[in-house]
Order: sequence, then structure tokens, then C-alpha cells
Amino acid sequence: MVLSIGVIYSLPNLYPAKPAIQIAYTDSGKSADQILLNQVKGILEDQSTGVESVGLKDNNIIAKFSSFDDQLAGKAALQKSLLDEAIVALNLEPSTPQWLRNIGGGPLKLGLDLSGGVHFLLEVDIDSALDNRLESLLNQYRKKFRDDRINVESSRKDNKDLFFSFASDEDYNKALRIFNEDNITPLGTPLYDLTANSVRNLVELAYSQSAIKEIRDYAVGQNLMTLRNRVNELGVSEPIVQRQGSSRIVVQLPGVQDTTAAKKIIGKTANLEFRLEAASTTSRLRKEEFDYQDERMGSAFLEKNIIVAGERVTNASAGFDESGFAQVNITLDMQGGRAMQKATTGNIGRRLGVLFVEQKSKSVLAQDEDGNDVIEQTSYIEKEIISLATVQAVLGTAFRITGVGSPQEASELALLLRAGALAAPMKFVEERTVGPSLGKENIELGVRSIIIGLLSVIGFMLFYYRWFGFAANIALFANVVLITGFMSLLGATLTLPGIAGIVLTIGMAVDANVLIFSRIREELKEGKDPQTAIQEGFSRAFVTIIDANVTTLIASIVLYAIGTGPVKGFAITLSIGILTSMFTAILGTRAIINLMYGNKNIKELRV
Amino acid sequence: MNFNIPFMSYRKFATIGSLVLLVISIGSLSFKGLNLGLDFSGGTLIEVSYEEAADLVDIRDLMTNNGFDDFQVVNFGSNSDVLIKVADKNGNSQLGDVIYKFLLDADPSTELKRIEFVGPQIGSELRDQGGLGMLVALGMILLYVAFRFQYKFALGAVAALAHDVVIILGLFSLLSWDFDLTVLAALLAVIGYSLNDTIVVSDRIRENFRGERGFEPDEIVNRSINQTLSRTLITSLTTLLVLFALFFFGGDMIRGFSQALIIGVLVGTYSSIYVVANMLLGLSITQDDLAIPEPEGAEFDDMP
Repeated sequence: MVLSIGVIYSLPNLYPAKPAIQIAYTDSGKSADQILLNQVKGILEDQSTGVESVGLKDNNIIAKFSSFDDQLAGKAALQKSLLDEAIVALNLEPSTPQWLRNIGGGPLKLGLDLSGGVHFLLEVDIDSALDNRLESLLNQYRKKFRDDRINVESSRKDNKDLFFSFASDEDYNKALRIFNEDNITPLGTPLYDLTANSVRNLVELAYSQSAIKEIRDYAVGQNLMTLRNRVNELGVSEPIVQRQGSSRIVVQLPGVQDTTAAKKIIGKTANLEFRLEAASTTSRLRKEEFDYQDERMGSAFLEKNIIVAGERVTNASAGFDESGFAQVNITLDMQGGRAMQKATTGNIGRRLGVLFVEQKSKSVLAQDEDGNDVIEQTSYIEKEIISLATVQAVLGTAFRITGVGSPQEASELALLLRAGALAAPMKFVEERTVGPSLGKENIELGVRSIIIGLLSVIGFMLFYYRWFGFAANIALFANVVLITGFMSLLGATLTLPGIAGIVLTIGMAVDANVLIFSRIREELKEGKDPQTAIQEGFSRAFVTIIDANVTTLIASIVLYAIGTGPVKGFAITLSIGILTSMFTAILGTRAIINLMYGNKNIKELRV
Repeated sequence: MNFNIPFMSYRKFATIGSLVLLVISIGSLSFKGLNLGLDFSGGTLIEVSYEEAADLVDIRDLMTNNGFDDFQVVNFGSNSDVLIKVADKNGNSQLGDVIYKFLLDADPSTELKRIEFVGPQIGSELRDQGGLGMLVALGMILLYVAFRFQYKFALGAVAALAHDVVIILGLFSLLSWDFDLTVLAALLAVIGYSLNDTIVVSDRIRENFRGERGFEPDEIVNRSINQTLSRTLITSLTTLLVLFALFFFGGDMIRGFSQALIIGVLVGTYSSIYVVANMLLGLSITQDDLAIPEPEGAEFDDMP
């Protein structure tokens, strides 16, 4: 029974994957429909490419091809006709028969080391997210105190703390009341850690641990979503974007060939900030000087207050203005639109600046504990003005920005804005790229070593144990089938170390049989008749087998817990292998041996 | 096969042999250290393949001319495959792309096989995690064996495992083989494998201690080892068969893995024979240690 399930679910692996193309609308809100389907069919038929079938699947259209050359030709044709309307991605589509898919069968998922592709591990810079929050909190309170006519002597941000000092006891008490009111959250956990000094009328404010955790979760969550959107824009099939630990994100793009381009889009921490140009009367504290992106333009002063930032952008597209220059059309969400309306009302005629915010890194020479010179990589944020244009009318949710450079740059900016902004900058902490040829090579080598390993063990068992070896070999073969079946069923990913795990299991799986057979030999030697010897052999070896396997299982579970990517793959196949081998070696072999020797009066038994 | 080898009379030699190996391993580990692979050291690795045999000198010159100083260029697998490793303390994730670009400029037929970048922070984290995992695995196994057998067996089993792990590490250090994540995985697999062996031998020792009274402990241990010897050898042999298949046909990316396991299986087979037995006899195991405990509650029967 178990074996037949294993056989059924390992079947899909025998059907080769077909080259395919996946087509989806660029607008992620729209799912593929009949119109797009007909369009795709039309294009592919015109080109007379060797397309096998075109159909809808989930939100995409999948076109299957008979060869890889046809697939590439098809992609070129589709891209030429559909342009920016749809994302066209190369894909491998399993050719699993329908009845197998209906019962949840599918081929093994291949890890990046087998399929080729990129793996990125990004770390979200929580400190900088926190800094941004504190900065805006400081501005928020300054404004509040000004509106409430509370006299603030000085206010500043220092590291992770905000400091306020007040002119009089009365101001101090009023302010403290405001702080305390704000500090009460619906959940009852304090938002701030407040330290108040009533003698010197000082208040020190920092975010509480729970608030920091919330900020972190928000930043990581937001970045996760943004990355998903960006990855979708790249048109990769079956990408993985997952949170790992408290502040890291894993991105896996199987089958991506142009990794530099992928990295450019993913790693870009571009954001936009809209700020009004500072009037000449604005105090130095409330304005900042920024350079233009175009160096010839020099620099300009903008207000410190940010009207709207990139996360409020719901849509962005590149286009051309009346005089043929590239522009970016921007749509904001309701909240963003309201803020923009409020800021531009009464400010017509003033200039609105668009800041391009980008995370960069630079090397500086520093000294370590021993006084040696070391180069330290520090990341910094660069903000440059991309446009500073006069506000002609009150702006709402939709407007455009001009002066964004070449059409190419305009569409890149639009893509980044459309995909959403990052709540906090990120940096790459790990990257693994596997070229497609290496992936294919790894599969070939892996399969070859499985076959050679399996054959040599089978040969040895036959030679050494004869008929009993034959029984063990059938069990061993069943074991390999079961491992692939269960891995397919569980949706586990097969990696190169995973293949090594299978090979290792093949070698170790016969151990249980060897134990049983040696026992049977001993029993025979003690003069027991063959049937009893078989009986005893199985039951006495049983305890040993369980003990030995449980301990190995402990080691592989620990391996799974500490391991990353490829090592996890090894731990999975090893664990599954241990479980299935116990099953096949004990029950499977028993059944076969009973078939061979059961109910027979054997005089002599050769083990 | 029937064996009757007086293993226990060679105990002293085995102990000395093990100790010498351990001292050499620990010495090499503490003075020479491990040649940490990219996973643990951090840095950038790039593998490219050329249509013909690659000129390593040219590539080295190219690297130097582009401002790199701390790097290695070696053939990987075949002489048309080249592996470049750059030790980079700064965690610059762009290096791989930069290198590939100028290699491609120099020879347009260069094919990219893989780029790996591991930031310094990740490297040290993986190091800590790996070490910790090893200790957790040993600890849990100690508990399980103590629970299923008896603490003297548990100590023996863990001593055998530590013995194997240290010797493999020592060999990797001595021969300057790359120690990366797959080797760590292999090490944990060795723990699993060697334990398998140890348990089988221990199981037999326990059975024989319980079954027959009136024998000297070392006699019983010796007989148990002989009884399980054919099984120990056959399983080691089949495992070695598949490992050699992996070593010769599995490709370069898992060569370190199969190397570690091959050594592990050899050392593990030896340790399950000698280290455990030695520990048990050293801890002067007696039949009372293994007496089947009275069923629980029996002593309460007499209570009023």
C-alpha cells in the first residue's frame, strides 16, 4: 500500500519538464484573460514557432514548446509584439499527466544548484528605519508644540534618543502630558521610554523595545512586499521571497540568467521624496541643501518637511511631455493625495522638489582594536534633486514629474516607484549564482553517482547473500522509489547535497538487512530450524535497528535545524531516507522472504 | 564469516594509537587551524569555464591589473575550469560581477558557472551555528543513549563520536582541505553513521551481559565485537562503495563532502570497535549495571 503510493507519487519525475513561456500582465492587479490568450496564440501562430499548447493557468498564460530553440524564438516574438503590456518569462513546465496532477502529484522541485539561478540574502537596515522614524517624530512634536504654544528651549535628536528642554515649568508640564497621552497604545504596551527631569525641565524620549520590534516588523514586512513586486516585474517563474530570522530576507530566482540585471533591480533602494523649496526666510534648522542629480545645475535648498514619500505611490509610468522629453506620471494613494493637496494649496507659484533617494556604500579607512588600518564599508544615503518645478495648480493624487533624464532612466524610475519603495535600506549579505550549465552538469553527475552507487551495492548484496541479497535489493530499490515519491509529495526541494543524501542512504539502508541476515545466520548456527531462525532473526534485530536509526535521525534533525539551503536539502533526504529504509528493510524484506520461503518446509537455508 | 579475534588484548595499542592521532589532530587544529571555505570565511568566489585550457597566469595578471591583491586562482575539476577566490573583508557584494565582466572582456567565450558571495557577518554566524549544532547533536545523542542504555554507554558513544570528529577535523587541518558547509554536513552524517555502528555493538554487549553470567567483562565485550564484526564490515563496505561512487562521479562540488565521509566511515568503524569498548572497560562496567530493572511498582506491593 505504502509502496504503491510511493510509486505513484514518484512517477511525475519520469516525465521530463517542457520548455515553456509564462506570460502575465505587467499590471500585477490584472490577471491574464481570454483577450491576452488570443493575442498570444495569434503571435505564436504567425511566427510558426513549434508551440505545442497555449493555455491559462492561475493568473498567467503558459505556452509550451517542443524545443528550447523554439522557446527562445517564441519569447523574442512575444516581447516584440507585447512590449511593456505583458511580462514574458522563460519557464520549465512539468509535463505531468492530468490524472497525476489531480491527486497532487508533481515532479521534485529542484534547488538552485541544480536548476541554475540566483540566491540572495538581504539584510534590512533597521537602524536607519529607526532613525527616519525618530527624525519625523521630532518634527511632529516640534510642530505640535508650536501649534499648542508650548515654548521649547531646544530639541534635538542624538543617536537613538530625542531631547527636549522647555522654557518654564508650565511648558514642561503641558508637554509631559502630551508625551504621556501619546504613550498609551491600544495594546497597553508603552510606545516610548520616557525620562523626565522636572528640575531642569528636560524630557528624554526613546522608542520602547516593543515599539522597536514593531518598527522592525513593519520595515521588514514592507520590504518583503516591495521585493515581491520587484521580483514579479522581473518576470521570473516560481521565485521565492521569504523573511529569514528577524531582519533578513531571502530571494531565490531559479533560472535567471542575467544576474547583474536582477541584482540591479532588487538591490535598488530607490525612493522619492517630495518637498517644497525653502523660502529665503526659512530658518536654517528647517531647510536642507541638496545637489542636483545633473551636476551642472548646482544645488538648492528644500524644506526639511517631507510632504509625501515613495511608499504612497500606487502607480507610475514613463511617458513623454509635449516637447518630447521623458516624464514620469505618478499616481498617489488617498492619503498621499490629501497630503499633496494640503501642501500645494496656498503654495502655487512656489517650487516643488523631487528628491531621488538612493542607498550607496563607501569605504573608509578605520582602525581596529589592535590599531591596524582596516577598510570599513559604510553605507550612506544619497539624496539628489531630480526635478524642481513650479507648482502650477493644486496637486492631487495624479500628477507628473519632468526632467527625469533619458526615456530609459524614466522607465527605470517608473518601475522602481511602481514596485513600491523600501521602508528601510537593505544590503546584500550573501549571494550565490549558479549558471545554467553548471546546474545541468550537477544533475547529470548526481544521477550518475546514484546509479553507480546503487548498482555496486546491489551487486555486492547479490554476491554475498544470494537470494537473501535479492530480497534486500528489491527493498533497496523500493526505498529509492519511496524517497523520491515522498519528497515529491511533501514538495521538498532536491539539491546537490540532497542527492548526496540519497546516495548515502543507499549505502546505509542495507545495514538493517545486514543486521537481520547476520542474526539469522547466528540462529541457524545455534541449530534452530530455518523458519524459526528467520522469525528470531527479524525480531531480535528489530530493537537494534530502531535504536541505531533513531540516533541517526537525531543527528539529521539537528542538521536540518542549523543548516541553510543546501545543507537542509541533505538533512531532508537523509531523514526521509532513514524512515523509508526502516520501513522497506524490515517490512519489505520480510514480505519478500516470506514469499520465497514461507509455508515451505526448508531443510537447508543458505544465508 | 566467523571471527574470533582477541580485540581486547590489543586494547593498549589501540588506546595509544587513538591518543597519538588525537594529539596530532588537536595540535594541528590549534597551531594550523582549519582552512575555512567560503561559507565560513566570507568573501567572493567565482567559477568560470573556457572553451580550451585556461591560462592561469594570464588570469592572475588580469586580477592584479584590476587592483586585486588577496586572491587565489586555481583550476577546478578540469583545466578549462577556473576558480577564483577573493578574500574580501569589506563584504562588497559586487566583486563577482566586476571580475566576471573583465574576464569576459578579455575573452568573450568565458562562461559563468557560479558566483558565491558570503558577507563577513554571515560567515561568522554560520561558524557559530555549525559549532553549536555539533554540540547540540552530541548532547541529544548522549541523552538518548543514556535513556535507552546506561550512562556508561552514553559516555562511550559520545567519546567515540568526539574521537571521530576531532580526527576528521585534524586531517582536514593537516592537509589544508577546504572546510565548508557541505563538509560540516558530512561531519554530522559521520556522527549519525558512527553512532549507528556504536549502537549495534553496544546493543550486543548489553545483550550478552544480561544473557550470560560468570564471564569476565572483557571476555564478553570481545565476544560481542566478534559477533557483530561481519555486519560492521559489510555495512562499512556498502557505505564506502556508494561514497566512492560519489567521490569519483559526483563532481567537484561535493568532493569535500565525500572525502570527509570516507574518512569518517573508516575512523567510525574503528572507533565503534575500540573506543566504546575501551571506555566501557575503563569505566569498569559490570553485570549489575545492565541488570534488567525490577518492574516499577513492584516494591510498593509489600506496602500495607
